Amino acid sequence: MVSLFSVVLTFIGIILIPGLLISRRLSVPFSIRNILRFIKLAAASQNDDEEERNEKRGTMGEKEKRGGLPKHVAIILDGNRRWSQKRGLGTSDGHKAGARRVMENAKDCFAMGINTVSLFAFSTENWARPEVDEVNGLMSLFEENFRSELPFFQRDKIKISVIGNRTKIPQSLLGLIRETEEATKSYEGKHLILAIDYSGKFDILQACKSLAEKAKNGVIQVEDIDESVIDKELMTKCSDFPNPDLLIRTSGEQRISNFFLWQSAYTELYFPNVLWPDFGEAEYLQALTWYQQRQRRFGRRV
Amino acid sequence: MGGGIRQLLEQVHRLSRRCLFRVLSMGPLPTHLAFIMDGNRRYAKKRGLEDGSGHKAGFSALMSMLQYCYELGIKYVTVYAFSIDNFRRKPEEVQSLMDLMLEKIKSLLDKESIVHEYGIRVYFIGNLGLLNDQVRAAAEEVMKATAKNSRVVLLVCVAYNSTDEIVQAVKRSCVEKADRDVERIQLVDIEENMQMSVAPEPDILIRSSGETRLSNFLLWQTGNSQLFSPDALWPEIGLRHLVWAILNFQRSHSYLEKKKKQL
Repeated sequence: MVSLFSVVLTFIGIILIPGLLISRRLSVPFSIRNILRFIKLAAASQNDDEEERNEKRGTMGEKEKRGGLPKHVAIILDGNRRWSQKRGLGTSDGHKAGARRVMENAKDCFAMGINTVSLFAFSTENWARPEVDEVNGLMSLFEENFRSELPFFQRDKIKISVIGNRTKIPQSLLGLIRETEEATKSYEGKHLILAIDYSGKFDILQACKSLAEKAKNGVIQVEDIDESVIDKELMTKCSDFPNPDLLIRTSGEQRISNFFLWQSAYTELYFPNVLWPDFGEAEYLQALTWYQQRQRRFGRRV
Repeated sequence: MGGGIRQLLEQVHRLSRRCLFRVLSMGPLPTHLAFIMDGNRRYAKKRGLEDGSGHKAGFSALMSMLQYCYELGIKYVTVYAFSIDNFRRKPEEVQSLMDLMLEKIKSLLDKESIVHEYGIRVYFIGNLGLLNDQVRAAAEEVMKATAKNSRVVLLVCVAYNSTDEIVQAVKRSCVEKADRDVERIQLVDIEENMQMSVAPEPDILIRSSGETRLSNFLLWQTGNSQLFSPDALWPEIGLRHLVWAILNFQRSHSYLEKKKKQL
């Protein structure tokens, strides 16, 4: 009698409770199949981690260059504040960690052979953030980074372009931006585009205004305005590859939030759950692997 | 006997749907849903059917989706029926798609169609000049016939590309402001000239078949839309995907409302 009781209790303890916990954590229904699946996955991921670590140490750059790599990767840097909240730090620490990540990831990107990287550093909508200190803090962070990273950009021959509405940016930052762009304008092959005070709709509006001006002055006819004409007027005209092939938005939000609108007509959108300061080399590789598996048809049959 | 049971089941479904929708309506509901109906051809291949039947199955899925949306009380639904890029497909496929569209557009005028059941106002958005005369005439007839309906709105994007829509809007804005100060062109000027200005911006954009790209659909309007990409192919899309999309929307809604108030 007692032994039967103890058998039942043991069964509950060893199998049922962990099973319930696992199925709750993974949000899957509780069933034998799902538990076996979880065990297989856990074993497999151990192996995967090892393989990835070996790969990274080895010929990582060559492996990625083989498959179809994107020429232009755009990234929405989301999740700095949530990252700092999770760690009980201040917002500015989150942004500083985000800025460090930007520099590291830029180096990785160019090492993998990607030509153009665009970063959504500051949106036109961000001016309305409730804490004034946060906006000022961000502007000083930009200034600090432009100053400290310029020698690195020059050493690695990375061309820097800043796109966006420049009218609200503080003069000191504007001066640094002009200096950096001037110092790196002749470099080719690696292009880092920073979108500061940028909005996709604003970009199209300024293209429209510029075209209206040209039409008024008789430089072009309104009937001749088509998609390629607008392409040449958008702020991304500074790049050889204005349209991103891959757009990554971290922190799991599935929105473009007014970043590249026109330019992302055929862009593959990737939404990892990781927060930006945690988005490192491994996550980057995952994104590129995911991209390589996409079938891009552009409206036609494969 | 079989028909009676089917009707009974249909009533049971309707009743349980009503209860489910009542629960969903406790939270915020989207005003405008947009669908990219992707995966019809893959569906036909999967089932070993002939090419055209994937699109027919897609049409039935669309009708069910519309029914659920309007039962739930969503006022605007936009669907991406045919892109300007799709004209580059094989001529036979384009022709069969045009024939299917003509048939289905004409069926919207029937008394028993969903249009009359729900009082739908139908718009056809796109470069209609690229369509053949019959399809264009049928589309214009439907738009005229439903112009007085005001309960709910269906926007069908056919021969549409978002970049084309933006180009047309830019051209119109340039012409409008030609004699006046071009510096005073504002966002609203471009927006007013967009064909999609008859509806607010979509709250959720759902693309079936698991692809996560916009494919030149509503680029201007989906800047702040929630994007949702279920793996199901379009003919397999069902109520559960719609419910899941709305639950996700409700989850991030309060955060978005806070942001909007800041602007």
